[in-house]
Amino acid sequence: MKPAPFEYHAPERVADAAVLLNQFGDEAKVLAGGQSLVPIMALRLARFEHVVDLNRVDELRGIERTNGTVRIGAMTRQADIERDPTVADAVPLLAKATPFIGHFQIRNRGTIGGSLAHADPAAEYPAVAVALDAEFEVTNPGGTRAVPADEFFVSTFMTALDTDDVLSAVRFPVWNGRRGFAVEEVARRFGDFALTGAVCGVELGDDDKVARSAIGMFGMGSTPLRATEAEAAMAGISVTGLDLEEVGRAAAAQTDPPDDIHASAAYRRSVGAVVVARALRRAIEEARNG
Amino acid sequence: MADAVPVVMTVNGQSRKAQVEARKTLADFLREDCGLTGTHLGCEHGVCGACTVLVDGDAVRACLLFAVQAEGAAVTTIEGLTPGDGTLSPVQEAFREAHGLQCGFCTPGFVVSVTAFLRDHPNPTDDEIREGLSGNLCRCTGYQGIVNAVRLAAGENLTPASTIV
Ligand SMILES: Cc1cc2nc3c(=O)[nH]c(=O)nc-3n(C[C@H](O)[C@H](O)[C@H](O)COP(=O)(O)OP(=O)(O)OC[C@H]3O[C@@H](n4cnc5c(N)ncnc54)[C@H](O)[C@@H]3O)c2cc1C
Ligand code: FES
Ligand code: FES
Repeated sequence: MKPAPFEYHAPERVADAAVLLNQFGDEAKVLAGGQSLVPIMALRLARFEHVVDLNRVDELRGIERTNGTVRIGAMTRQADIERDPTVADAVPLLAKATPFIGHFQIRNRGTIGGSLAHADPAAEYPAVAVALDAEFEVTNPGGTRAVPADEFFVSTFMTALDTDDVLSAVRFPVWNGRRGFAVEEVARRFGDFALTGAVCGVELGDDDKVARSAIGMFGMGSTPLRATEAEAAMAGISVTGLDLEEVGRAAAAQTDPPDDIHASAAYRRSVGAVVVARALRRAIEEARNG
Repeated sequence: MADAVPVVMTVNGQSRKAQVEARKTLADFLREDCGLTGTHLGCEHGVCGACTVLVDGDAVRACLLFAVQAEGAAVTTIEGLTPGDGTLSPVQEAFREAHGLQCGFCTPGFVVSVTAFLRDHPNPTDDEIREGLSGNLCRCTGYQGIVNAVRLAAGENLTPASTIV
């Protein structure tokens, strides 16, 4: 047995989970799919007196589409998102990002709430949430509040969640019209965390001018990043006149990527520009071809 | 020692009841409490796939699940995939036929993963096979024999390993 001893709690309601977290404060930790937390415990990078398992909380699971939004319960498994027709139709970027997460055995357990709350800067889902302006539902004993994606991610492995907060759901806005989405990433081996990657969405007017765009980058800083200046530079421009390599370079130029054993900052910036350009090109193609 | 917690689950069709420490992983429970040592432990932190078992039909890492979390679940290990009469399952047979193993340490994890993979992808493309195998590590074979074993188990013709690029 590798993890340190802990007391195990398996509440069946979100409210009960929040009360337990409030009672034990920073001695308690939420357990979702365990695909990031259990390795941390096994390596003894962290130990907790109390583990609050959300796997019995049925109300945290499910995918629901209502008026322009898709709401996904935090305990919905990545594998369920991968094969869900509503997600494929209404939030294609999320569906396209999912197969890049680890391997099918990981996705069978890993949850969307866990991926977001864990806030690995090289992870796919946080970048999708930031790119699409998702909204996070956060529950604690005092009630539920909404946190916008750009305020949720604070730094590497750090979010706006307090010790007694449960991330209960995330809401993605639905894009309509002539839209296209693509994910591009570079990793050492298939299924590994990305060295750098981009998630992009483009919506075109009937005149093939960019009506809306979203560029999310991951592995490029301590949080997932949004290339707002590059997006602004594309607004209203006809796609035939766009220099996508230039847009990619502009997006990467705004970043301050990490320098580590896997890749240098300069490498990440250079490859980051290329993955943004590639993802935009595929997104535009999809938008034009319907 | 932290207090032991009662747990009841079905393992390979048989009901198992035990008192376990909450921190005991399902993999350790299967090996130590059930005596089912076919589930191997390589890395014990989710990377190698040697510990793969089926929980309610889904292939998962048994080293990343606590035994208490499997309360009420149906767990299938490599022992449970093998016919009781001493013969091999079709996937095992294909691994033997195609030289999908050398030392055999990784093999239970591969066989469990491939069994679930072929159930969900009965006619896989080569790309799908490689992606499906990406969550399991093997230090011996160089993988070509394993890819071949999956093709064979899926009813494809066997390609000599030397012709696979
Ligand atoms: C071999 C391997 C490869 C992987 N590759 C990738 C990859 O390429 N890309 C990628 O994105 N991920 C990857 N992962 C990580 C995987 O996606 C995890 O599933 C995910 O990061 C965490 O989700 P989880 O549900 O397993 O959460 P857990 O591991 O259970 O929890 C992670 C953290 O989030 C907190 N938390 C979880 N849920 C909530 C909640 N509802 N409210 C508040 N806090 C919560 C926990 O307290 C913990 O701190 C990989 C994992 C493995 C083992
Ligand atoms: S022992 Fe479980 S993945 Fe390596
Ligand atoms: S056969 Fe030896 S590790 Fe795979």
